[in-house]
Amino acid sequence: MNIVLNGEPHEVAGPLTLTALLVHLKIDARRVAVEHNLNVVKRANYDSTELREGDQIEIVNFVGGGSSS
Amino acid sequence: MTNPQPLIPHPDPLVIADRTFTSRLIVGTGKYSSFAVMQRAHEASGADMVTVAVRRVNISDRTKESLLDYIDTSRIALLPNTAGCYSADDAVRTARLGREAGLSNWVKLEVIGDERTLFPDNEELLVATKILVKEGFVVLPYTTDDPIACRKLQDAGAAAVMPLGAPIGSGLGIQNANNIRIIREFSRVPIILDAGVGTASDATIAMELGADGVLMNTAIAEAQDPIGMAEAMKLAVQSGRLAYRAGRMGRRMYANASSPLAGILK
Repeated sequence: MNIVLNGEPHEVAGPLTLTALLVHLKIDARRVAVEHNLNVVKRANYDSTELREGDQIEIVNFVGGGSSS
Repeated sequence: MTNPQPLIPHPDPLVIADRTFTSRLIVGTGKYSSFAVMQRAHEASGADMVTVAVRRVNISDRTKESLLDYIDTSRIALLPNTAGCYSADDAVRTARLGREAGLSNWVKLEVIGDERTLFPDNEELLVATKILVKEGFVVLPYTTDDPIACRKLQDAGAAAVMPLGAPIGSGLGIQNANNIRIIREFSRVPIILDAGVGTASDATIAMELGADGVLMNTAIAEAQDPIGMAEAMKLAVQSGRLAYRAGRMGRRMYANASSPLAGILK
């Protein structure tokens, strides 16, 4: 199934949950925030968030910065 | 003999919203040659709050070190920023993600209006401030050195206002000192001078004008010795704060001798 991950098309074996996607990407869920179709997903809801064809996912983390980098 | 008691109580913490900070210096986490240098500079600065940017995770390359491995978050508060956002919508979206990533509802709100100057778009900033305050965020907006803009942000519920001293990363020092003084006079909320500091004296001047704190990144990160400059900035902020609290002497247009005039040999 195809999703849009951080603005790029991405193919994953679906259906899967957000937790499964993070495991697949080897991303530590405690250090990121995730947006699913423009809505921020609470960490507690990663398990129950099912991804569907065409979904838009943004995964962000903190990086070094002061002001407008 | 009695011990002399300082008139100004120590410590003199910075209070924003419901939190108390030991240091009045807030520092950034960008532009350092390495995370190790950043960590040592943070230590030397004495800062107990640092600002961080929110960016997409690099999906294809997961080997890079994490910034958070180099920040002791038990001692240093993270202040997520919305750097790089050019609309209220983008800034609000970034702030919400920052809250989830950092599990804190504090945000250094930036809405930039122009790429070359990185000056804030105060109209969009006010819109974003109102939305985020309503959502329960503690909003610290980065704004121009305009007392009216600062007043509007304060009235919209900003927990502090962050007027610029000069363009971000310019190191030009406080360009409009009198405005900073007026903003202090008008404000009920803390004022954090954000951007424009180039060297220690700039930080001192900001504090002498009545700023409650100073935020900087480039002045430390791009110094020849970032760790040495971080310590200089710590002392500069403390020094300026003490001078502000102590109250400077009045200015005179002509000399006024410090030695007695009586008893001069004739």
